[in-house]
Amino acid sequence: MIWLTWRQLRGSAIAMAAVLAVIGAVLLLTGPGMAARHTAGLADCAAQSTCLQFYDRFFGDYDTPFLAVSLLVVLLPAFAGLFWAAPMITRELEAGTHLLAWSQSVTRRRWLAVKLGITCLLAMAAACLCGLMVTWWSGPLDDSAPADLALVAPLVFGARGVVPMGYAAFAVALGVAVGMFVRRTLPAMALTLAVFAAVQIAMPLLVRPHLMAPVTSTFEIGPANVEGISVDRDGGGTPRIRLKSVTPGHPGSWVLANGILDPAGRPLADDGGGSAVPVSTTSGPCAPGAAFGACTTEINRLGYRQRATFHPLERFWPLQWIETGIYAALALGLAGSSFWAIRRRLS
Amino acid sequence: MNTVVQARQLGKRYGRRRWALRDCTVDIPAGHVVGLVGPNGAGKTTLLKLAAGRLEPTSGAITVLGGPPADTPGQLARVGFVAQDAPVYTQLTVAEHLRLGARLNPRWDAGLASERAARFGLTPAHRAGRLSGGQRAQLALTLGLAKRPELLILDEPVASLDPLARREFMQGLMEATAEHAFSVVLSSHLVSDLERVCDFLVVLVDSRVLVAGEVETLLATHHRLTGPRRDPGRLPAGQQVICASHTDRQSTYVVRTDAPIHDPAWTVTPLGLEDLVLAYLDRRPAGDPRTPLAVRP
Amino acid sequence: MIEFYLDTRSGVSPYQQLVQQVRHALRLGLLGEGDQLPTVKEVVAHLAINPNTVLKAYRELEHEGLVAARQGVGTFVTATLAGTSLAAHGPLRLELRRWLAKARRAGLDEESIEALFLTTFRTPAQEDIA
Repeated sequence: MIWLTWRQLRGSAIAMAAVLAVIGAVLLLTGPGMAARHTAGLADCAAQSTCLQFYDRFFGDYDTPFLAVSLLVVLLPAFAGLFWAAPMITRELEAGTHLLAWSQSVTRRRWLAVKLGITCLLAMAAACLCGLMVTWWSGPLDDSAPADLALVAPLVFGARGVVPMGYAAFAVALGVAVGMFVRRTLPAMALTLAVFAAVQIAMPLLVRPHLMAPVTSTFEIGPANVEGISVDRDGGGTPRIRLKSVTPGHPGSWVLANGILDPAGRPLADDGGGSAVPVSTTSGPCAPGAAFGACTTEINRLGYRQRATFHPLERFWPLQWIETGIYAALALGLAGSSFWAIRRRLS
Repeated sequence: MNTVVQARQLGKRYGRRRWALRDCTVDIPAGHVVGLVGPNGAGKTTLLKLAAGRLEPTSGAITVLGGPPADTPGQLARVGFVAQDAPVYTQLTVAEHLRLGARLNPRWDAGLASERAARFGLTPAHRAGRLSGGQRAQLALTLGLAKRPELLILDEPVASLDPLARREFMQGLMEATAEHAFSVVLSSHLVSDLERVCDFLVVLVDSRVLVAGEVETLLATHHRLTGPRRDPGRLPAGQQVICASHTDRQSTYVVRTDAPIHDPAWTVTPLGLEDLVLAYLDRRPAGDPRTPLAVRP
Repeated sequence: MIEFYLDTRSGVSPYQQLVQQVRHALRLGLLGEGDQLPTVKEVVAHLAINPNTVLKAYRELEHEGLVAARQGVGTFVTATLAGTSLAAHGPLRLELRRWLAKARRAGLDEESIEALFLTTFRTPAQEDIA
């Protein structure tokens, strides 16, 4: 049975391995050079304290390949579920070859277990390999990335570490389970994609923030966390402060909620364009022409603070393992339903 | 006598309402080539799948080769199953199919497999998807035979084959039964496919078994009687009417009886297997007038 | 060795057809003592019929003392039906030909000849029974 499953998967597995080998080679060739540039640049900028500019420049040079490899890691599990797992069952059901397989001295449970197991392992191995390769390669870039592309931020988190392995296991189990119930290739593929995409969107939006209790802290207002100050002439000259999604002193954290507290500790309203801070703009530090830093210092002095709810960067690996565990559990649940289906529904 | 398949009030329902098989009680003795005949949709495939352990009965019980048709490797090794339309892996070569059989079956007969492959022109390097319908059926049959089952079940094995391929398929099957002692159950909606090869017949209509028995006994106990018009009530007690038709002068009965028919008024003619099956298919339950064919909305 | 055939429309059961064909071959001298009959497997593979049918036919022939099975070797003819009658075939056939020619001259077509022959052939047989 292992031989048969391998024989059926052989072509696509080899193709996948070839693609991964090519990507691996490219990453291996470009990785060390990029890392060397990063190290040298950091040494340079530390001396001149221009590291923020260096980060921007360095990341700007590599942002396209960065996004491309990240996307690759995110798409690979979906690919395995869509093109390996779902058709693996439905093609047999459509051609009736499952009857041929079951006519041999092999139980249906074993047939499914071997098919699901091997495909799952292959997809997980591919995702794991790809994920770790990309994690290694993009290390310097993750270090330099802007806040919304930080390692623990939703867009990048799923493309790093071990969690792609969990996605792959889930995608394959999903594809197989959908194939069992839908029984036709194209609808099964479509449904697999839809469900997988829905779960992948729901996870960072609804689930991941709550996997660990987020940290809530207040921070002094300063150039590090203020995106900009604007003075709206119609609004009575009150300056509006827009905050960056960053937490001073905790670089690379994933900010879930962000706002300004007034001196009494009440949150200020934020209409998306910033929060109005009642401070004079006709004279004093925030008057037109005054230095940007002086104004934020003044606001800070008046007792205004940033309050952020966030996951710090250190939680990257705990979150990775928890999420991998969740996907593994989902995969097991789907596998269980497939085994139920093969006993009760298929013949 | 050993039974290969024993069913007791066996029933299978799909979903909530549709009974594919109902109240099926039948004993199929070992060492026979059993024909399962019935119109399309009569429940033949369901019965065969139940016997092969592919389906779980909704009601009743079935034993195959003395045990439940469980989904265990041991039982699976004893029962071969060639599914309808002889599915094969189109992407795999003939040789790979034989390798598959060898790897998945403990009692695989490699000699038989390669001999049959050579005889039926199944070139090892050819992809199964390129084979003709007849060759594909032969490949599926080869896999079924080389696993050396005690019972081989074939679901409509020749329905999609041309006459020559049909004959070759049956020749191969019969040759194997002559050489290796095993029981065969095969289904068809055409009696003519089975007439020569079966020595035991089960007629399945509307998910129920109408008649089951050795072909020879069936032929010896069924007769067509033609004579002056007569009420069925006036036939001797031992004669079971299978079907009857009347004109104002004449009556034609197909009856089942163990005793010889002496009544001189009747012209007694023997029935062929096909006529016998047709007589059962033609039968309507007593008191149920023939429903006219009507197109319902 | 003889080759069997089956006439599915004859209404005669397959096993009886096999028996008749062996008898026929014996009568015509196509089979003689010591000749081997095809093996069950050969017949089955050739005709695509149930092996039990062949076995039954061979058993009946054995019962009639015409053939004998030798374990592991095959079934062999042990008696002959041709005997003395074979010599009479030639003259009889000649007479029959003459009669057929006469019948045609009398204006009978093929069907009428056959009907006449069969009714005449069967009538004395029935009288014998009665």
